[in-house]
Amino acid sequence: MAFNVKMMVMKRWLCTYVQVSMDVKHCAVKLSVHPCRGLVDEKFVVVVQNVPPGIQLTVHAFHRCEDGHGWEAFAHYVSDASGSVNVSRDASLGGTYSGVEQMGLLWSLRPVPGSKPGLRMRKMNVQTPMEFTISVHQGFRSEGFLDQVPLASQVVERWYMAPGVRRIPITQDDLSATLFLPSGPGPFPAILDLWGGSGQLVEYRAALLASHGFASLALDYLTPKITQETGKMVDDSYFEKAFGFLQQYPQVLTGRIAMLGLSFGCSVTLRIAAYSLVVKPTCAVCISGSHVQPIGAKQEDIFAFYDQYSDKIQVNEKNQAVMKMMLLPITSDPTLKVDVGRVQCPLLLVVGEDDQNWPVLESAQDMKEMMERAGNSHLLTILSYPDAGHLIEPPYAPHTQVSSFRSIGTRHKVTALWGGRSVAHAYAQEDSWKKMLAFFRHNLYAAP
Amino acid sequence: MNVKHRAVKLSVHPSRGLVDEKFVIVVQSVPPGVQLTVHAFHRCEGGHGWEAFAHYVSDAHGSVNVSQHASMGGTYSGVEQMGLLWSLRPVPGTKPGLRLRKMNVQTPMEFTISVHLGYRTEGFMDQAALASQVVERWYMAPGVRRIPVTKDGLSATLFLPSGPGPFPAILDLWGDASQLVEYRAALLASHGFASLPLDYLTPKMSQDTSKMVDNSYFEKAFRFLQHHPQVLADRIAMLAISYGSSFMLKMLAYSDVVKPTCAVCINGTHMQPIIAKQEDLFAFYNHYSDKIQVNEKKQKIMKMMWLPITSDPTLKVDVGRVQCPLLLVVGEDDQSWPSSESAVDMKEMMKRAGNSHLLTILSYPNAGHLIEPPYSPHSKASSFRSISIQQKTLWGGQCVAHAYAQEDCWKKMLAFLHHHLYAAHYGPPASRLTAKF
Repeated sequence: MAFNVKMMVMKRWLCTYVQVSMDVKHCAVKLSVHPCRGLVDEKFVVVVQNVPPGIQLTVHAFHRCEDGHGWEAFAHYVSDASGSVNVSRDASLGGTYSGVEQMGLLWSLRPVPGSKPGLRMRKMNVQTPMEFTISVHQGFRSEGFLDQVPLASQVVERWYMAPGVRRIPITQDDLSATLFLPSGPGPFPAILDLWGGSGQLVEYRAALLASHGFASLALDYLTPKITQETGKMVDDSYFEKAFGFLQQYPQVLTGRIAMLGLSFGCSVTLRIAAYSLVVKPTCAVCISGSHVQPIGAKQEDIFAFYDQYSDKIQVNEKNQAVMKMMLLPITSDPTLKVDVGRVQCPLLLVVGEDDQNWPVLESAQDMKEMMERAGNSHLLTILSYPDAGHLIEPPYAPHTQVSSFRSIGTRHKVTALWGGRSVAHAYAQEDSWKKMLAFFRHNLYAAP
Repeated sequence: MNVKHRAVKLSVHPSRGLVDEKFVIVVQSVPPGVQLTVHAFHRCEGGHGWEAFAHYVSDAHGSVNVSQHASMGGTYSGVEQMGLLWSLRPVPGTKPGLRLRKMNVQTPMEFTISVHLGYRTEGFMDQAALASQVVERWYMAPGVRRIPVTKDGLSATLFLPSGPGPFPAILDLWGDASQLVEYRAALLASHGFASLPLDYLTPKMSQDTSKMVDNSYFEKAFRFLQHHPQVLADRIAMLAISYGSSFMLKMLAYSDVVKPTCAVCINGTHMQPIIAKQEDLFAFYNHYSDKIQVNEKKQKIMKMMWLPITSDPTLKVDVGRVQCPLLLVVGEDDQSWPSSESAVDMKEMMKRAGNSHLLTILSYPNAGHLIEPPYSPHSKASSFRSISIQQKTLWGGQCVAHAYAQEDCWKKMLAFLHHHLYAAHYGPPASRLTAKF
């Protein structure tokens, strides 16, 4: 090997393998995270300064979620010639993510070792911020972060609610919902927000949408008070009531109400968009959903329909349920899928191609063909993400590949495989959110 | 044009930030070529309303971007990204002489930015805006700790940055404010400096004994920082504005105990009787009070008291004895202190003494006395309640130039402090190379 090449190899090797034991502590290491307060979908820049050049450092993130579990992420860096590390510019050499990933410290968060399995990070109280502690440690570490004092650390707040957003619990007409109004007098365009099969009233996405100027109604339709009291699931009149509530609300623009559904919420959204004589959304977004369902059936029967295929669920070697097999192949029976050829509003489908829970890719394909045949495919946009999984959440939420899941319909508790590879899933969350907001803005604000 | 049936979209990004961060205000979804007024409103702790406004015309896309488009008039004109904050003024009908200051730094300041149809100059509260957005501006970053300090007779508050430390520190001296002012120190802590604002004019011990503090009080404060476990003992700076500068410069030159790593002096003077108790200092200043001029608005122009700068060496600090980097910030239109003239005189003294390499002067044409953190409204004159007098004082400064001075010098001050307190001390570490084969 030529001498200069040998020197280059030696230098690179030295940077990677030589361990410089330095007393970094007498340097005042400066860590800044900018901004230190932001909405959950905003980026931040993490910069470490004032360390010796060429030393190994670990940047660490820690969060204690509402139910008390610890979550952490970390990445290994080497400081540059000016004695600094910039996470948005420098490559992580390993950790919970690698390469240049500005927001990796958030989306690669995982439960700390020793946590019970199957956890999912969800903020239920949206009126307070999530707090993360970003810290920098000497050397390449992968554990024991809480046992030693870092070189520096910074607390960061991440909010779902912008200042001025109002949270209003709604219980009229037997609705179990929460309305989030943006800052300002209004009136505002609105979004009816439907989550998936585990039920409960999940507010964070609606709170974030309100922070972007959309009055948003998070609606519990699987475990609302009325179902808890009567034991009976709601029917479509419940959604009509919710839509009607928004139409009549003084701070909502009547002719500008969209629907947004994830997972089982898509089943509702597609059915309503295609068949309801009362609910005419201005536009609709379906994330990780399918149009396959028995048409004209009650909610309980829809669950029973899915349940009959439960023997098709595959369980992998880690005892995780791959539930998408239940509905594959996509049926050709028209009574068992929503006739999306009847949809009359712009429709955006968000598809994680590695979704293991619902057959979203195959469903999207089938829906496209149906709309092409019906002549309304100009209304359809599909965002399809290779290697993204089922739980496509707002950006920088940690990728949940697997978690404990108790479906309201079946009442079984399983360990569901949602799918997705972390990096690709994080990209899908960030990209689809940006495009969803643009889709809503275009259809609810800009269009006359 | 009836804009009301449209959904006008106003965004202020970020909607939460530190007080020295910029935001971008964008109005969208209005027809092109429409006249609009963008308005800011704030109700301060004293209950008074403050407002600013600017007139814009929407572009061909039906939008206005305050950081790109020119205001056609209002409380500022031209392209001014942060004009809605620094041009805030008390709403009509408010009592005169107000100054906007946040005393409780643990909560944010809230501003309501709104957009109105047409060119308006008044009556904003009487009509519904097309859209509005609440914005929070904080002095304290998350994780910054506020610790009241009362030991050793000190009246102070310590702000520690987020993290385990130890941190470089700053001893923060305001002027003749009659109370402990915390917001600048809170903001400095948000930038990584442990900061101690010190009440040296109305501390509890002066209230209890009716005696003003002497130099030993400042030395105690400095030692308190040196001994604090989360402070790096050899990295303590001093920062002073106005009257606080008098004490700071004196200590820089003469104290055997107070040896700051560097010092920043905003609109101060080195003129004072050197061997004097604080009570005598006030008497000295009052001695020249007949030189104070009063303008047609009955505002006192106090800087005349000290002019011309004396040549008597017993009446000014010998800055030739200063041994640390010194940054002077000068508002050239300062009407209350002779900052410009003093800076010139100090520079000459330091040249003669051979230590002028330590000196940096930031001099701002048309900036006034009260050079505050960025985007604070420019206070050209206010009721000034000194511990000895109450008067309407002219601070000076032209709004736009003063706002520029605040923004520019804050950035440079932070860089100066960062350079001397963080970067400069990185020396050759004790190192041991262990090669892994």
